Amino acid sequence: MKPADYAPPFDARDYVAAPTDPDDERIEVGVLIVGAGPAGLACAIRLGQLLEAAPEVRERLGEVPVAVLEKGKQPGSHLLSGAVVNPRALRRLFKGRKRIDEMPFHGPVEHESVYYLTPRRALRIPTPPTMKNDGNYVASLSQLARWLAEQAEAGGAMILPETSAVKLLAADGRVRGVRTGDKGRGREAEPLGNFEPGADLVARVTVLAEGTQGHLTGVALNRFGLAGENPQVWALGVKEVWKVARPLDRVIHTMGWPLRGASKYREFGGSFIYPMGEDMVTLGMVVGLDYRDVELSVHDLLQELKTHPLVRKLLDGGERVAWGAKTIPEGGFLSLPKQLHAPGLLICGDGAGLVNVPALKGIHYAIESGSLAAEAAFGALQRGQTPSTPGTLAVYDEALRQSFVWKDLREVRNMRQAFGRGFWLGGALAGAMTATKGHFPPGSTRTERDSEQELIRTDRAQSYPAADGKLTFDKLSSVFAAGNKTRDDQPNHIVIRRDVPPELARMWERMCPAQVYEATGNGVDITPSNCVQCGAITAKGGRLTPPEGGSGPEYTVT
Amino acid sequence: MKIAVCVKQVPEGSRRIDPETKRLDRSGEGTLNPFDANAVEEALRLKDAGGEGEVVLVSMGPPKAQDALRKALAMGADRAVLVSDDGAAGADLVATSSALAKALEREGADLILFGQQANDSDGAVLWAAVADRLRLPVVSQAAEVTHADGKLTVKRQTEFGYDVIEAPTPAVIAVSDAINEPRYPSLKGIMGAKSKLQETVSLADLGADGLESRTEIYALNDPPARGDSMKVEDDGNAAQAVVDFLAEKRLV
Amino acid sequence: MSTLVFLEHHGDELLKSSLGVLSKAASLGDDVAGVVIGLNVRGLADEAGKYGAAKVYVADDAQLEAPLPQPRVDVLAQLVRDQSIPTVLFANSVLSADVAAGLAARLDAGLNWDLVDIVQEDGKLVGKRPALQDTVYVDVGWTSEPRLALFRSGSFDPSETGGSAEVEDLQVSLEAFSTGARMVDQAHEESSGPSIEDAEVIVAGGRGLGGPENFTLVEELAKALGGAVGATRAVVDAGWYPYSTQVGQTGKTVAPKLYIACGISGAIQHKVGMQSSGVIVAINKDPNAPIFEFADLGVVGDVHNVVPKLTELVKARKS
Repeated sequence: MKPADYAPPFDARDYVAAPTDPDDERIEVGVLIVGAGPAGLACAIRLGQLLEAAPEVRERLGEVPVAVLEKGKQPGSHLLSGAVVNPRALRRLFKGRKRIDEMPFHGPVEHESVYYLTPRRALRIPTPPTMKNDGNYVASLSQLARWLAEQAEAGGAMILPETSAVKLLAADGRVRGVRTGDKGRGREAEPLGNFEPGADLVARVTVLAEGTQGHLTGVALNRFGLAGENPQVWALGVKEVWKVARPLDRVIHTMGWPLRGASKYREFGGSFIYPMGEDMVTLGMVVGLDYRDVELSVHDLLQELKTHPLVRKLLDGGERVAWGAKTIPEGGFLSLPKQLHAPGLLICGDGAGLVNVPALKGIHYAIESGSLAAEAAFGALQRGQTPSTPGTLAVYDEALRQSFVWKDLREVRNMRQAFGRGFWLGGALAGAMTATKGHFPPGSTRTERDSEQELIRTDRAQSYPAADGKLTFDKLSSVFAAGNKTRDDQPNHIVIRRDVPPELARMWERMCPAQVYEATGNGVDITPSNCVQCGAITAKGGRLTPPEGGSGPEYTVT
Repeated sequence: MKIAVCVKQVPEGSRRIDPETKRLDRSGEGTLNPFDANAVEEALRLKDAGGEGEVVLVSMGPPKAQDALRKALAMGADRAVLVSDDGAAGADLVATSSALAKALEREGADLILFGQQANDSDGAVLWAAVADRLRLPVVSQAAEVTHADGKLTVKRQTEFGYDVIEAPTPAVIAVSDAINEPRYPSLKGIMGAKSKLQETVSLADLGADGLESRTEIYALNDPPARGDSMKVEDDGNAAQAVVDFLAEKRLV
Repeated sequence: MSTLVFLEHHGDELLKSSLGVLSKAASLGDDVAGVVIGLNVRGLADEAGKYGAAKVYVADDAQLEAPLPQPRVDVLAQLVRDQSIPTVLFANSVLSADVAAGLAARLDAGLNWDLVDIVQEDGKLVGKRPALQDTVYVDVGWTSEPRLALFRSGSFDPSETGGSAEVEDLQVSLEAFSTGARMVDQAHEESSGPSIEDAEVIVAGGRGLGGPENFTLVEELAKALGGAVGATRAVVDAGWYPYSTQVGQTGKTVAPKLYIACGISGAIQHKVGMQSSGVIVAINKDPNAPIFEFADLGVVGDVHNVVPKLTELVKARKS
């Protein structure tokens, strides 16, 4: 049985509509960016720079030349990553304006180690070339975004937090903007006393920078037939931030335990442990969602990881200060949409799948693609063209293909797919690929959807540690640590079938780091207010849509 | 009717006390005190009911408190006045009420509204102090407010039930969080908030220099230990054990 | 008189919380006076004497009948000034909070509120105040006199010392603005039990009850104890009980003297709404339920057996 057998009652066409608000109630902006993450904010910042030097173009964009919608409480609230950031794209974006030392990084990467773990030992292995981090910096993506947001606002962008984009506004095959989400609906979607309907927000160009599992991104790929040959696949990352008693002097990656290497399990991933300055450490577990075991829980694997002598020692005397979870697109080059533009529309960042899996990097591609999107949009407007005319925004795809983003992703294009064959075989193939810069083995490996993997059941859960509240934690207290205070009586924002077999319900229960799903005797119960919007459900048989703006986690240091 | 609403920015997310100053660390992100949202909402309703008027926000805080004011402006308030001055940092009830009273005097509102409490110091009771300085009637814990012919009728929620109290305008009213469900700002409201007038004044502008607090903080301590937890298994007698426990603590 | 205690009354009885503060003040050593304000309140002076007041000031006037704060500020301000009283104590209530704050402004006096204790330390009066959801206690003080202190309701238990008080009548003279607010209809005692915010006892039910019909167990116990009924997010979500009774992070925060949790696991989302309760009793079938980590008394047992028995025993005691 596989999750795909119980597809959710979701139809992307329900989320595309023509504008319905009367003309005088419609809100107009110049360039509309959906998502205040690194891609969206880079786009807003770049536009600010270009418009500053071209006031006549700025004039034509009206009262609000650049608007950025953010569904979280503020930029950074829904952002979570490792992260070790390659500063290349930031250097280009802020050339002549800001130096790297003015950005909120937690220091350059000075040393790094990669370990292969067994239950009790840590075997140092040479750092694979794709994972070398010289010249890179440790960052909290949430903090970085808050800083980028300040820069964007200083450059004239208007950031609108607590605002979700639920529908793509399109007419005559052209994207006109988005419709924002309603607020103040009750559990059965009935309007409550303070009901406030969403609004039609129209723009000359709409940039989707929604991040992993972007709602409108999925809708747009479907509506405009942009999907590539291979479906996208994802990994789920669950991480914590700790105050520690002793500084960590290196960036650490691990492979092996607690994941199982045999190919039948399809457990691809590993962990990261990064220092954040002198007194904090962030660590996380990342596992491909093509895993097969019903009993696998990435959150619990992270708890288990912490009991390993290597990790326990690092955290001893410390205290957990944050927790969070988010998916990462893992298909790489082979899963990219065949085109990232449509009339009036541009797609950037993780939403497009621009992630280098072997190097664990995506932030600098997000920033670069956001900059390129800004340049494409600005260029069209400056030339007096209409961005919603078919073909006008093709310059974006061209620029992307000429950039380092494309070159990097192409080089590592088969690596993730190779690892689907298990750690050992995959490792060997990956080595061959690196050595030949992607030319060997020839041909391209096909990708299957995560939800197409047949489920199996083992006794994996036996070894998950019981929560002790000091080193290991349960899911509910972790959801609390994520700052999640979502209103309980909201409509359910997760689209799934409820009448599913116990195995599938159980898989969802284990999969979800926030304890949203509960296997009952005859199906599954949902507690949507626990949801931290990681996106895992969309990969494994359901569909996440944005809840009321402002809901979800309030990450600050993830 | 001109309505002034006193609002406050409070720290967002998890709170900590700064061991140096022994005061709440307000250096992080801030947000509009949720209880003040009820007061803003009530002001907007009263203004709408009356057909015309103005809703002015009055606040005291550091310059970044502007963000909290913006949210209230997005709900529909007309303009904001922020009293911002280094000399006001850490001001206590006496000092704060003095500065706010001067700012409110300047506005000359018909009605001054407060929220039920500030969720960062749990019960500021500022309104009664401000009302005394302004020599205006005050009614607190308002669960309902109506205005007709220069008179306010307030349903006050007390431990013993609801009182009905009348007061002439101008007056000061503190609303309870049961009074209404604050509206969500519309997108238009959020976007329009930035262009609404936000005035910043210093203590000197108000003639309120030389603010002095009359209270101080000496130290921070751990709370007294809760005491040992006892756990018993029910073998049919647990209920008796509970009653004995409660009796011993004089709870029953 | 070194310390003055504002004694609030309802009907013809002094409030227990006021008497508690009075007892505390008496225990601090110096002379304590009480003040009662209202109409036909002279008779309350005797009660005050029994709980530690050496003297009781009485302000008895028709204009003081309604429980409104501002006339009381006038009376107290005059008294404090006339007698140079250095310290004035209040037990928190809707009325007294407004009186205390109004008085602070009138006298330009420091007011520390939400205190749970007060001590003499190195010749200084130091108040103890919980902060950050009771996770830290702050020592607070005053930089001048008079010093005003507002205590959390129920911080002290009244203790009879069996004394008697000298009574002094006060001349009442009120400011014009103090009589602006007018009581039109005073509250009548609610017959449906205390609201969850004011209740001194809360009995709450969670999923362990098994079904909505079992909430009657919780209701009966609450009634027997004179308390209010609370519920967890899970059961409110499931429609077993109304949202107005939800205790927790996304519901209400309560701090009653007694909190009895029936069939509640104690996840942090619930804990943060009730962790400041005076005494916590938990009844749950699961010995590993997190609630047992912070309950003062935990019973590992079936709520369907324990709760009805408990209700019976409580009723028997009360009769």
